[in-house]
Parts: sequence; C-alpha cells; structure tokens
Amino acid sequence: MSQKIAITGMGIISSIGNNVEESFISLQSGKHGISDIQMFETRHAGAIKTGEIKLSNEELVQKLQLHEDNNVTRTSLLGMIAAKEAIESAGISEINEYRTGLISSTSVGGMDITEKYFYSYEDFPEKQKYIDAHDAGNSSLAIAGYLGLKGMVSTISTACSSAANAIMMGAKLIKNGVLDRVIVGGTDSLSKFTLNGFNTLMILTDSYNTPFDNDRKGLNLGEAAAFLVLESEEVVKKDHKKVLAYLSGYGNANDAHHQTASSENGQGAFLAMQQALKISGLAKEDIDYINVHGTATPNNDLSEGIAMIRIFGENQVPEFSSTKAFTGHTLAAAAGIEAVFSILAMQHNLIFPNLNFKTKMAEFDLTPVTELKKKDIHHVLSNSFGFGGNCSTLIFSKS
Amino acid sequence: MNPVYINSASCISVQDTLNKNILQNLTPENSVQILKAIEPNYKEFIPPAMIRRMSKTVKMSSVASHYALQEAGIEKPDAIIVGTGMGCSQDSEKFLKNVIDNNEEFLTPTFFIQSTHNTVAGQIALGLQCHSYNFTYVNTSSSLEFSLLDAQLQINDDEAENVLVGSTDEQTDRTMELYRLNNTIKKEADLPADYLSSTTNGVIWGEGASFFVVGKNKTEQSYAGLKDIRIINTLEPDHIQNCIIDFLTRNQLSGNDIDVVILGFSGDATSDIYYAEAMDLFPDSAILYYKHLSGEFNTASGFSMFTACHILKEQQIPEIMMINQVNKNEVKNILLYNHLAGHDHSLILLEKV
Repeated sequence: MSQKIAITGMGIISSIGNNVEESFISLQSGKHGISDIQMFETRHAGAIKTGEIKLSNEELVQKLQLHEDNNVTRTSLLGMIAAKEAIESAGISEINEYRTGLISSTSVGGMDITEKYFYSYEDFPEKQKYIDAHDAGNSSLAIAGYLGLKGMVSTISTACSSAANAIMMGAKLIKNGVLDRVIVGGTDSLSKFTLNGFNTLMILTDSYNTPFDNDRKGLNLGEAAAFLVLESEEVVKKDHKKVLAYLSGYGNANDAHHQTASSENGQGAFLAMQQALKISGLAKEDIDYINVHGTATPNNDLSEGIAMIRIFGENQVPEFSSTKAFTGHTLAAAAGIEAVFSILAMQHNLIFPNLNFKTKMAEFDLTPVTELKKKDIHHVLSNSFGFGGNCSTLIFSKS
Repeated sequence: MNPVYINSASCISVQDTLNKNILQNLTPENSVQILKAIEPNYKEFIPPAMIRRMSKTVKMSSVASHYALQEAGIEKPDAIIVGTGMGCSQDSEKFLKNVIDNNEEFLTPTFFIQSTHNTVAGQIALGLQCHSYNFTYVNTSSSLEFSLLDAQLQINDDEAENVLVGSTDEQTDRTMELYRLNNTIKKEADLPADYLSSTTNGVIWGEGASFFVVGKNKTEQSYAGLKDIRIINTLEPDHIQNCIIDFLTRNQLSGNDIDVVILGFSGDATSDIYYAEAMDLFPDSAILYYKHLSGEFNTASGFSMFTACHILKEQQIPEIMMINQVNKNEVKNILLYNHLAGHDHSLILLEKV
C-alpha cells in the first residue's frame, strides 16, 4: 500500500474478557465464553447457548459513569467500553487535537430496547427516550459523544462483515488525507430479534460451535465490541507513537449469489482475499496465519475453505483457526474483535486454537490449528463475510 | 482529491420525480404529518412474484438504481454504495412483530433475511450479478454523503471508474406512531407547518430513494462535478458559519462564489437555527429550501442532491424552492447543507460541468 496505516490502539469487550488483557488470557488458556443466556428474556434460554457478556446494562452504565437520564442502548454501551480502551491504549488525551473520525458498525443498533417496548412505549413515558436510539447511526453518535469527538462519524452495516468495512473505510480516509486519525470497529449486542432470526434460518448449534469440523452444526451467536485506532504516518512520527501493527491490505467484494447463503465456489470470499493481497503488495506465501470467518455453519466453512484453496493452492493454505468457538459469532463486531486477536497473535507470536475441532471435513484436506501454537507471525489475513453477499478481507502486518 | 462527476440522477420521492420536467412540477405540502412517496408501476421493472416479497425501500431502490444506471449507460458499476438511515424497517418490523406476537415460535426467516440494512445494496448486486465493492452506510442523516465520499475515494484510489451511489428510506406504520409519540413528527395542532420561520418543533416525515452514477470522467450527460464533501457529527449553532467558511476556503471559494445554497429547513424550530445562521453568510446567493417538497427523513438530502443536479444541468432555479429573491443568470456553484435534528451535519459542493 502506498501509505502504511498504523494501528496505535485497540480495545475490546466480549464474552471472553472485558478488555484486551483479559481476552488474551482467555485465548491463551483456551477459555471460551459460550454459556446459557442470562441477560435477556427469551424462551430459548437454556436451549441455545451464546457468547453473552455477563454485565447488565445497568452495570455497564455504572462502569462508564453515564448520567442516569442517558438513552444509551446495549450496543452503544459495549461500544463505549471498547472505544474508551482503544483511545487510552493509543495514549490519546485530546481527542480533537487532530482531524479525528469514528467509523463504527452495527447490525442491531438499539434493537435490544426496541424489542422490549415496541408495542408498549405509550405506557412507559420514561422509556420513550429510547425511540431515537433505535437507528444504527445513533449508536455511533452516542459513542462519539461519549469520547467527546467532533468530526467525521459514520456507521457501516454490511451484516457480519461490518467492522471489516469500517476498518477499511478508516484506512482509506487516512490514505487520502481526509483524516489524520480514526477510531474504527464495530459493536453488536445480543437481542431476541437476532437470536430468533438466526434460529429460524436453522444455522444455530444446540451445543458449542465447531468451526471447520465435518460434523459442525451451526454457530453460537455472541455479543462484543472492538475498536482500533488508526493513525497517519505523520501523526505517528510527530507524537512518537508506539505502533501495535499495521493494516497492510483490504479487499471488499460481493458474492452476488444469494441474500443469505454463500456460493459453492466462494467467489465473493475469493475476490476479497485476492484484492486484499493485491493492495498489500504481499505474496500469498507471506501470510503466516489466517483468522478465518469460520462461523461453523455447514455453508460458510465449506465455501470459505474452497475459496482459501483457490487462493493459496491445494496443500498450501497457511495455518488457520477460527476464534468463534471462543466468542461466538458477534456479527457486526466480529471483524473488530478478530482484528484485535490478529494483532495479539503477531505481538505474542501465537496462533490461538480453533476449539472444539475433531474431524476434518470430507470435502477438502484442511485442518485448523487446534492447540495454542508458537509461531513467528508477520502477516495475518482475516476474513469476514455477511448476508447480502458482503465479503471482506483485512491483512495485518507486524510493526 | 480530484473532483468526480455526477453522471446520472434518479429519484423516487413525494414528488413526481421519475417524470420529465421535474423542476416545473413541484408541489409543496405543509398540512399533513406524513408524506408518502409516489411509487412507479413496479410491474414494468420487477417480476410480479418478487414485487409481493419486496419491501418498499427495496422496490424504490431497484427502480431508481435501474434508471440511474441506464441514464449513465453503465451495465455493471465498479462499486455499489448505498446509504440508509433506517434500513429495511418494514421487514424488520414485520419480523419483530412475528417474534413478539408468536412468543418466539412458528417463525419463518423471510422477513429476517430481508431485514438487514445491506439488503438493498446486496439485492442490486445480486440482480446485476455484480461482484464489485459493495458498501452500506447507516447514519442518522449523512448516509448519502458518506456514500458519495466513499465513491470519491474509490475513484481517487483507482479502484473504480463508475460507482452506483444511492440513498433510500421507507416508512413503517409503527415507526410513524412512535415518531408522533416522541414529537419527532409535528403535532397536528401545529400544522400547517411553517418551514422557514417555525416556532414549533417537529417535522413532516417523508420517504424516498435517490440514485446516482458517480464517474471518474465527465460525460455528455453529466449533471455536475462533485467537488467536495464535509461531514461532522455535532457542532454548536454558532460554529456553523466558521465550518462553512473553512469548507469554502479549502476549495478556494468565498460566499460570493456560491450561486445557489440549498438548505434543509424542516420546520423544526430548534434545529432550523443552524440553517438561519448559515443563510446569513450568503447575502448575494439564491437561497433554496426543499423539505416542503420531500418531507424530512434520514436520507432527505437525496432529494436536494437530485434537484441540485437538475438546477445545474438545466440552469434554472424553481421558484417554489426559493427563500430569497436573488436571481442568478448562471449557476456555477451550489452548496448543500443538511442535518437531522442537529445531528450529522453535511456540506456538499457541486459545480457546473
């Protein structure tokens, strides 16, 4: 890429940790966050497991020290936690010192509250403040407001590839000199709406998800938020910033096959990976590790596997793992948390295991890394694919 | 960044904007709370079986994007970028109702499948079998502006030459009820709305879809050059003038160079202050408004972008849009300023080609 995009900060909250350090400990020790649903009302509690964050909205509000009269929904609360950590880890005290932006992403926005009062807002005047907090864009405005950011704020919603696209857009804004620094990532809370949506599609497992396993039965949903801070080379130089890693490539394509299913030959995934490699200027042999999308649905893993073989060649696919057995599929936030995991993999020279894997898929010869593995990692490729055919790939490189 | 060109423009709105002589046939509305888009005869574009399944926003976008591509003579764009504030609210609402009404049982996935915000961009890609760059922005009121900015970046980065950019929003019955409840929509008692010097809050809510082809190169059909865009999440009313001056200065322009300013006056007294402040910067420009024609909604600026394109191409300013009486023999530069309830402010600078 003509200009390197430095990553100078990161923050995360998911079912395996409330911050980067806790997440790293879980990843290293193989401690997953899939559990029974406790934090919201649903008839599926006890039957379907998710990667739920065991903090109530009230506890999150307290943690963030928000005013009592706030109208912040769970998606935004999680986003604030992660964005705050990202800012702090980048050593930013004056958020508006440079031309700073926030490109966030979400799929549900304020749905967790909407679904509670949808029919009954008339009876709860004190809850009507949440009506305006339903739309996806509102969540980013709330996060920006919390950070005191005045500038370019946007939200991307391309289903399960959303955060990858937020990271990509942030990089382009810096590359073209529109911004000096941008906070990028995504946030999604669990909701009855999404849980039932995925359940009707019959792509939820009744147990723990098993990515790339021959007997995989579907995904666990999860909730999470993660943000990176991207800064221009000038800012990094001027402020002597510590660079955690670089974003060296990105690719975006559409599968144009079906509204929800991936194509048999993984065309969208193939094109996204191809484009990301092209932009990075790296050879495919340079990729040391792939953090796959690996949702553990029959359709995704087959399609993604085929696309990887098409890109890298039979028996030449780099070592890979899906971290979704740890966190569940966190939808719009997925590419954000997996970006953090990819950076941690490079910082510590570790491949985090693809938990729950037992049997290789019949269709191809691809075995994920199943134990924590020491390896010198210079370049990580991370995939994220979503409904609507949206496919995105990011490549991260060691600083 | 290099300027890019708006090479086609298509709009479905409260006005009859799919027809010819658009600027001559605009009818204002100030006496109802909700305005519905005039829908085309979808049968001409979409197979009947699909019409029944598609939500309004998908249908409107399908037709508007079809016309935009056709006018620009583009079969497969190099990127598809769509902005929407509320996404596929009709199908979201249908699925949510099913979940609640049936106590999470006996559900079918169709409405959920079509509920995601990126359904429109995904459906267009699917219809065109277009594998290229595909993005969906979902901001409170700057989704179109980000889509246009992204198109400019894609072209500037040599990743694309012709980009399909669109914005779309649809109403749902329950959302409209909730907007009445929280007074987003103007109270019946406060109608008819005074768009320019309102003393009451709330707006008249509309809907619609606007699509454009943004190109690297100027063509014979080009409507406008897209020079620059500025987007800011929040600012104080007394900072808007400086913000605009900065924006013009970075484009080597001053207030005098702007022939036409199109402002988003909505009849919401509190947030219209910004437009009044902005207006004072342009004593010699023709000042226009448009939400009496389109209604307010998350992507209402699609309508102003569309009319601005026609004003530049036809070199005519519709009387019905004029706030002041400044006449311009030639329209070279147009500035558009919009926000929604004081959030997501955007400035777009267009120039004659």
